[in-house]
Amino acid sequence: MTVSLALLVTMAVLYACGVYLLLEKSMTRVVIGFLLIGNATNILLLVVSGRAGDAPIMDGRSDPGDLSDPLPQALILTAIVITFAVSAFLLALVYRSWRLGNADSLSADPEDVAIRTRRAAEAETPDADEDDTEFGDRS
Amino acid sequence: MSWLVPLPVLLPLLGAATALLFYRRPRLQRLITLTVLSAVLVIGVVLLIEVDTNGTLVMAVGGWPAPFGITLVVDRLPALMVSVSAAVLLAVLVFAVGQGLADESEGDSTPVSIYYPAYLVLGAGVFNAFIAGDLFNLYVGFEILLVASYVLITLGGTEPRIRAGTTYIVVSLLSSLLFLAAISMIYAATGTLNMAQLSERISGLPPELQTLLHVMLLIAFGIKAAVFPLSFWLPDSYPTAPAPVTAVFAGLLTKVGVYAIIRTETILFPSPELNNALLIVAFLTMVVGILGAIAQADIKRMLSFTLVSHIGYMVLGVGLGTAAGVAAAIFYTVHHIIVQTTLFLGAGLIERKGGSTSLSQLGGLMKASPVIAILFFIPALNLGGIPPFSGFLGKLGLLEASAEVATPLAYLLIGAAVVVSLLTLYPLARTWNLAFWRPRDEVENYESFLTESLRDDPWGGRIVQSRTVPPLMIGATAAMVGLGLLLTFFGGPIYEVATRAGADLQGTTAYITSVLGERP
Repeated sequence: MTVSLALLVTMAVLYACGVYLLLEKSMTRVVIGFLLIGNATNILLLVVSGRAGDAPIMDGRSDPGDLSDPLPQALILTAIVITFAVSAFLLALVYRSWRLGNADSLSADPEDVAIRTRRAAEAETPDADEDDTEFGDRS
Repeated sequence: MSWLVPLPVLLPLLGAATALLFYRRPRLQRLITLTVLSAVLVIGVVLLIEVDTNGTLVMAVGGWPAPFGITLVVDRLPALMVSVSAAVLLAVLVFAVGQGLADESEGDSTPVSIYYPAYLVLGAGVFNAFIAGDLFNLYVGFEILLVASYVLITLGGTEPRIRAGTTYIVVSLLSSLLFLAAISMIYAATGTLNMAQLSERISGLPPELQTLLHVMLLIAFGIKAAVFPLSFWLPDSYPTAPAPVTAVFAGLLTKVGVYAIIRTETILFPSPELNNALLIVAFLTMVVGILGAIAQADIKRMLSFTLVSHIGYMVLGVGLGTAAGVAAAIFYTVHHIIVQTTLFLGAGLIERKGGSTSLSQLGGLMKASPVIAILFFIPALNLGGIPPFSGFLGKLGLLEASAEVATPLAYLLIGAAVVVSLLTLYPLARTWNLAFWRPRDEVENYESFLTESLRDDPWGGRIVQSRTVPPLMIGATAAMVGLGLLLTFFGGPIYEVATRAGADLQGTTAYITSVLGERP
């Protein structure tokens, strides 16, 4: 299978940038990261369809060996539609989140915060129950 | 009979479109949704009976024969899953109607008209994933149900829901992209996406390539099925959604992931190379999940952790790699869909009656509402695997299948499964003791060893004094409890269907022949 180097390099760069952005805390960057990874995956689909060829129309004029594989292109179209719909929803979500919190970042999980504050509280006041020596002050 | 095959996908989609047209008339929307889901339930049962007696039904969409067109395949496993899912969707819908979720009670910001269409689209996605005969159609099914679930989990658009929904959405998007990347790699390696044809061609690939593709698919499905260590998102995001939404998510969405794992392990990659890895993952899922549940003060969060823990049982059945193991996993999946949904509906009733789901604020519910107490108690025992309930039957099947395999790892898993099922009883019994048995006036300054490991939900709201619970909510929950009991009474025949489904999946030749026709 022949693979276009330009497509491959583009795909790699898109994946790298997308993963980097997806790990950011800012919601807008997460959306852009998702778009980049989505497009990288579409290019991956294009890469696997092999070398470029004629339009896949069986009209008897072109040699079937020269045609490009149409199936990955159909898959890409479906994937593009899905990515499009999802990114519209994501943008609405980001906007709603901004309207509510007036911030572009995702707040921390309340349970994580609870664990963190509890740990901090425990570190400040050593618990009497933890004194498990036999000769503790609570004889 | 194969004309029935596409209807479970087609009817909900058409129903959703029609319901969206009548967005100003919630009663009509409700009627459409009820009719469509009832019809799908009937179709599911007819399909199950038909497939069980006469064999696999295959439908080539648009008349393009397999492997070129889109193939829909219904053998015993999808038929069983479609029937159970339709029943669960129907019961939860009635519960939601009772709660008035789509009407007014959740506040003015709730987009009233979107609930029923999104719910139907969710159903269409779930059914499409079950009957898909090629990998890309499975991906489309996943996307349909995920997009609908994005809408449902952020319903109302309040701040906690947006926050929880964002975690869920980003994780799901990532798993979908991973799945799509896996699909393109598989296409590059084999030149087909039809599962039957893949089953023939994958075995001819070099072993390293097989392992790579196998692991990519398992990671994508593992995120959806909430298998440890890919389960972190679930207890974060599920509990904030409205009770009926959480109930249907907990019952169905993770099980679609489990279904995809079963298909991957049986049809696509029947070689046992990753079975031990699956068993180890099953062990960790069970143990870590249940330890998480023990630490939770909020009933919904606690139930989310038990959900993760019990996914481990299904992965255990699949990881054994025998027909008996897969059969037990199928039966356990059916049981768990029903019982987990019932428990979340029960939590919804508790929330309605007691005004909270936090154990440190609930009390005296036994006296206030004995009916809710019974409706929570039966599925709780069922989940813990107390005989004679279906949870016991499923676990017994899994243990027997593990004992037949008889490797040291299988014995370790037997021990873990028994211990985890006992540990499951602990948080459930504690919920019972604190929320139902503890008198109302003892809630303030209550001290007991039961509450030592609990942390309070920082968002725990104030207590709203007992409200009335609509009879429809009680009725829907009672129907689900009844369904769980029916699964116990008819455990024998249903387990036999599961056994035949497991046997179907064991040899790949039957599946290949029914999809692609006889080969010379």
